[in-house]
Amino acid sequence: MSHMKKEMIKFLLFTAAVIITPLFFSGGYLMNVLVFVGINTMLAIALNLLLGFAGQISLGHAAFFGLGSYISGVLTATHGFDPWLAMLIAAIATFLMAFLLGFPILKLKGHYLAMATLGFGIIVYISLNETVGLTGGPSGLSGIPNLQISSLLFDNDVKNFYLIWTFALVTILLSTNLANSRIGRALRAIHDSEIAARVMGVNASFLKVQIFALSALISAVAGSLYAHTMTFISPASFGFNFSVELVTMVVIGGLGSIYGSLLGAALLTLLPEFLRTFQDYDIIVYGLLLIVMTMFMPGGLVRGIPGLFGALLPKRMEGGGENA
Amino acid sequence: MLDVKNITKIFGGLTALDDVSFSIRKREITGIIGPNGAGKTTLFNIITGIYTQSAGTIYFNNKNITGYPPEKLAGLGLVRTFQNIELFGQMSVQENVMVGLHTRSRSGIISCAFKLPGHVKEERDVRGKALHWLEFCGLSDFSGLEAANLPFGKGRMLEIARALALQPDIILMDEPAAGLNNRETNHLADIIRKIRDSGVTVVLVEHDMELIMDICDSIVVLDLGKKLAEGTPRQIQENPAVIAAYLGSD
Repeated sequence: MSHMKKEMIKFLLFTAAVIITPLFFSGGYLMNVLVFVGINTMLAIALNLLLGFAGQISLGHAAFFGLGSYISGVLTATHGFDPWLAMLIAAIATFLMAFLLGFPILKLKGHYLAMATLGFGIIVYISLNETVGLTGGPSGLSGIPNLQISSLLFDNDVKNFYLIWTFALVTILLSTNLANSRIGRALRAIHDSEIAARVMGVNASFLKVQIFALSALISAVAGSLYAHTMTFISPASFGFNFSVELVTMVVIGGLGSIYGSLLGAALLTLLPEFLRTFQDYDIIVYGLLLIVMTMFMPGGLVRGIPGLFGALLPKRMEGGGENA
Repeated sequence: MLDVKNITKIFGGLTALDDVSFSIRKREITGIIGPNGAGKTTLFNIITGIYTQSAGTIYFNNKNITGYPPEKLAGLGLVRTFQNIELFGQMSVQENVMVGLHTRSRSGIISCAFKLPGHVKEERDVRGKALHWLEFCGLSDFSGLEAANLPFGKGRMLEIARALALQPDIILMDEPAAGLNNRETNHLADIIRKIRDSGVTVVLVEHDMELIMDICDSIVVLDLGKKLAEGTPRQIQENPAVIAAYLGSD
């Protein structure tokens, strides 16, 4: 069976699983958490395109998420725009901003790029806090309307679940296609040897900017969805901590793996909920888990779990690409 | 087809290349040789757009390519391999060659993400061509292997296969025989001849004199950043200045 057929089957199975999930957890608290898993999946995949494929770090991705959220929020809550139009504007504006920012910033490498993106994240965070007249400042922005398709208003857990996961599934599908294509290969080539990629004709500096802007666009759409689902946003959700959490999702899930990002996002969103039983010690258990996982599964969950079974099962020969 | 004119490169206070000029003829194998520190690799890096020269011009098919970055040169059909193998280690052997076909395909981000019909056809095409070049270099059995796991000699071949996939007019190889055993070197010599016979111009920087004298149509000798001699292997072997540079003069 060809690689792409396997990808397609995996995607269809997962889609089926998503469709039936609300039948089991209908209306519960968990439903709400699963909405966040969907949003975080989009964000993790967006960052993974940049970090896992092109090998370029960003410690400021929460800023693009925040920009998408606030552009959408302010346009609808303050200026009465249609939410879908606001989402479109948020996506395009964030894309253009990232595109312009990408040209100077992506000339930097390694730690310097990390510092520059970190700086950008902090600038956005402070701006959201300080422009009180526009954003409502630290006390947040409320009254953001829900999204609506004719008479269908996305105003409860189950409806939001299907809304968010439709976007998440589209993100998974398009990113998987991209990963297994000419562009995906060029990105991974840049990751492994930028100079060799350039010698092969890959315009590395421009492709990096393109993927940075695409990553920002997906993050902004996730941000807009978040704003219209929550109807209330505040800058605290878009700070440095969340940028780091996104990097953790990508690394724990598996760099360069789309479904790894899904796993990472699910784990890091669900885990704190389950760790509630440890009460004040949850942060210690959380930290320990992350340390243990990075030590024993450096390739991320998506490679680590099959690795555990691999010791027991005969090794399977793999051909072609392996972007799970 | 490749004309190097008055190239000078100064690193800080050190003159690595001093007014070097020569021409490389189409469909020939040209060797660039010289003792360590002669400036061979520096010259290579300038021709292939990795360094910028302090002075001088380079013409490729009568086009001034001075200052062109590597990706632009690739589009014109000029490609190179590296002395320290630069493979895409986490990608499969076949995928490495598919990256070599980057300039021979067009699909952009949108076409790839939405799997537009043109892209699907192109992808099939690229996959097939990659297999052809793997076969050309004797790597068919390794196509699914992760490139980082290839034995050293095969890695060298993969670099060549990847460069050929670009269907270049000229391929520059930086010490392709370094680290190869005799059998592998002989295979390399066969491949290089096959490449020339298919109409591609080949330039080699190499220390293996036996290989150079065996396969080159012409040779350029550098010493201490200057061109010492230029000619056929026989002329070079008989040139007193070259003999002096290699063996030391009295």
